[in-house]
Amino acid sequence: MNSYRLSYLQNLESESIHIIREVVAEFKNPVMLYSVGKDSSVMVRLAQKAFYPGRFPFPLMHIDTGYKFPEMYAFREEFCRRIGAELIVERNEHWIAQGCHPLDTGVDKCCSYLKTGALLDAIRKHGFDAAFGGARREEEKSRAKERVFSLRDAFGQWEPKHQRPELWDLYNTRINEGETVRVFPLSNWTEQDIWEYIKQERIPVVPIYYACEREVVVRNGILIPLAACSAGNHGAGTDVAAEKVERVTCRFRSLGCIPCTGAIPSTATTIDEIISEVRAAKKSERENRVIDLTGDSSMEQKKREGYF
Amino acid sequence: MPYGEKSLLRFAATGSVDDGKSTLIGRLLCETRSIYEDQYAAAERSSLRRGFREVELAYLLDGLAAEREQGITIDVAHRYFETPGRKFIIMDTPGHVQYTRNMVTGASRADCALILIDARNGVLTQSKRHGFIISLLQIPHLVVVVNKMDLVDYAEDVYARIVMAYQDYSQKLDIHDIVFIPVSALKGDNVVEKSENMPWYDGPSLLHCLENIHVAADRNLVDFRFPVQYVIRPHQDFRGFAGKIVSGTIAPGEEVVVLPSGKVSTIKSVTTYDGELQEAFAPQSVVLTLNDDIDVSRGDMLVRKKNLPQAETRLDAVICWMDEGASSMSTAYIMKHTTRHVRAYIRKIIYKVDVDTLHRMQADTFSLNEIGRVEMATAAPVFFDPYKINRATGSFILIDPLTNNTVAAGMIRGVPRNIRDVRGDGAGTKGVVLKSPNAVWTGWNIPREAREERNGHRAAVLWLTGYSGSGKSTIARLLEKRLFAAGCRTMLLDGDHIRHGLCGDLGFSERDRQENIRRAGEAAKLFFETGDIVICTFISPFIRDRQFVRGLFPEKRFFEIHVRCDLETCIRRDPHGLYSKALAGEIAEFTGIDSPYEEPPDPEIVVETDLHSAEQIVGILLQRLVEEDIIGRDV
Repeated sequence: MNSYRLSYLQNLESESIHIIREVVAEFKNPVMLYSVGKDSSVMVRLAQKAFYPGRFPFPLMHIDTGYKFPEMYAFREEFCRRIGAELIVERNEHWIAQGCHPLDTGVDKCCSYLKTGALLDAIRKHGFDAAFGGARREEEKSRAKERVFSLRDAFGQWEPKHQRPELWDLYNTRINEGETVRVFPLSNWTEQDIWEYIKQERIPVVPIYYACEREVVVRNGILIPLAACSAGNHGAGTDVAAEKVERVTCRFRSLGCIPCTGAIPSTATTIDEIISEVRAAKKSERENRVIDLTGDSSMEQKKREGYF
Repeated sequence: MPYGEKSLLRFAATGSVDDGKSTLIGRLLCETRSIYEDQYAAAERSSLRRGFREVELAYLLDGLAAEREQGITIDVAHRYFETPGRKFIIMDTPGHVQYTRNMVTGASRADCALILIDARNGVLTQSKRHGFIISLLQIPHLVVVVNKMDLVDYAEDVYARIVMAYQDYSQKLDIHDIVFIPVSALKGDNVVEKSENMPWYDGPSLLHCLENIHVAADRNLVDFRFPVQYVIRPHQDFRGFAGKIVSGTIAPGEEVVVLPSGKVSTIKSVTTYDGELQEAFAPQSVVLTLNDDIDVSRGDMLVRKKNLPQAETRLDAVICWMDEGASSMSTAYIMKHTTRHVRAYIRKIIYKVDVDTLHRMQADTFSLNEIGRVEMATAAPVFFDPYKINRATGSFILIDPLTNNTVAAGMIRGVPRNIRDVRGDGAGTKGVVLKSPNAVWTGWNIPREAREERNGHRAAVLWLTGYSGSGKSTIARLLEKRLFAAGCRTMLLDGDHIRHGLCGDLGFSERDRQENIRRAGEAAKLFFETGDIVICTFISPFIRDRQFVRGLFPEKRFFEIHVRCDLETCIRRDPHGLYSKALAGEIAEFTGIDSPYEEPPDPEIVVETDLHSAEQIVGILLQRLVEEDIIGRDV
């Protein structure tokens, strides 16, 4: 006799698969935004599950700022090769050539050009009408307010005050000419769920999520890896030589661009250790992301402009 | 408990800032260690900047700049926390601005709802509104939190008065499980731990209550419904139907019907990335494969042959209007129901509800946040169950075809009925109530087998179904003459004849039609037991009515014969002039005109009267009776 019980993770999994299939069934040209991080790894696995024994019928797209960790690029190539996914890499070459860098251009502007701008250009260029993103509501307070199907106008902008009501699991997939949707299949997942699922499903992740001894400098309480200080050979106004370089056992809790992603002190070298660490964490996972700290509403502002 | 084994509770928290909702949620999050220091620090910064001396917990929750500026909550926010045995998703819904729209959005997926009441104010209109919406959405559990007990000196009588007042009100609502808990969110009384300040209260703390609400039983595991989302066809040898089992269970080998085509097959496999399943159940997302190569596409629904949803083009529903623009009777809205889109009109507004008083009012339109009961007409049959029985197949949204906005949420009650339908006691075929409980069934005096032996042929029922004018009677009369001439015992039950006698008291509403068919079936049963070959001609447009009749007879003795004919041809033939009357509006609910005909999903025989003559068809039928060993070859 079956008990007809679904665990918490199975519930989340089923909900996410339903969302992914709904997009593929109703949109003409969807794409999955792939950021190489742990959430993307989980989202890709859910896509594989949704269309098994077939392959998921859409490409992955990485918006590359050029400032990602070398381990991320290596992982990206290996990961996509192994699962046989089509990978599109898009970069805002214009601004990269201009030498756009968070420490020179400013964090907000840099993000706006290299991520948001590149993303909107890429969506237009390929004519995508729906883009999956791995954002979770738990991550940040403005994301907590976002729908699973988030409508964006012709400029990719989010209008938080006029979101469509979202009822039951009946997603309104109809859009007007020029509009697109961002779809967040992981909306209801927490950081801990992600790691538990990675463990359960043996999903590969970028090795820098695990702790090891790294050379860092401490800025505003954030551990910046030494490698970052020379990333792109930029960073005028910062004098690395004047700062104290320390060797700290640390790991990256979330991944972004090198100059804007700090490490956290950690000794977690296995998934189980990461899970215990996440469970005991006193700070949110975006604590080490410079992007979120530039203002009370920095994420909301970026999202309004078309960020994920 | 291992993490993956935890259960999940989604609950909607309703109430306004004044009731202390943010404080309560803030406390639940803080005490379950679900708020991080940096998030707390950010809220602290916001509070100080706006001149608060203490951290305003609402800032932890209000995610949008406009919300923090105006000190109001605009949209539903989702929060997450967990305890050792359970994970929780809070749908935090604002209490005042656009409350209906937001509450319905937040609560549509909830297992449980929390209503906050300020102990100092008692039961206000707002708490009643919230209760009404919860009842409308059929959220199975309601927890009424009487907050700010510290400000009324933890007085039992204050609490008791509020409980009584709310119970009085909720009697008018359709809520089955209500729990009341006195708390002080600010001081933490009865939130996580039982409070020593209220020794008179012997119930659980709020968190304890939420941890122990039994939600598994709220799922519908009886009625298998599988709306097909997507067809997976990676190569020639695999064709699978992807979707979520929205209710019920399914296993390989089980028989299913595809709606609307009515094709029947059996489940070959329940395929998932993690291997094939021996059984799957709601709400799993799976891929089903069938043993037969039949046409199935998105929007179709797989169900069981003996457990069908209703298929109707007219729906009685309650809708909540969610758009700034008013509703219109002349707009063909797009209805999204399960995985289908159909065009739908609001045909009639039966009434609008004043949610404050629950009074019903006449109305011509709905405007933002209004709720009422309507009659919908759809361009194609919708396969539904009443929302009360099945949230997934009983709910829909309406989309404006021009703006593409989601303009309404709908909950289906059933099919529209009018006074004629409900007059008298007319028991339907579904759940026939036996009104003579003392009549003991003892079996037939002379068994049918003995009669059949004397007759020289077996008994059978030939049920001819199809549009009026499709040729059922012509075929039936010819067939009976041939059988009679060959020495068979026969009986012909014709819809018109029955309506002049046995069913003379019935009209043509859906309910009366149901009763008409039930009686005809029972009459056929009597003749069948005397060993006759019973030929029945009834339009019998509804699958479930024919299903009922089928159930009266042994297998291989009931022949559902679909007399198929193009509706246009039937209208042209119009043997009794009924179509012209129906088209002129003189007859209501006429099959094919303003009432649907549900094609048999799996008839024994299909005959087409616009392709073959009655002679030819009778030949086919006689041949079949020989093959099935009902009559001998010499007939």
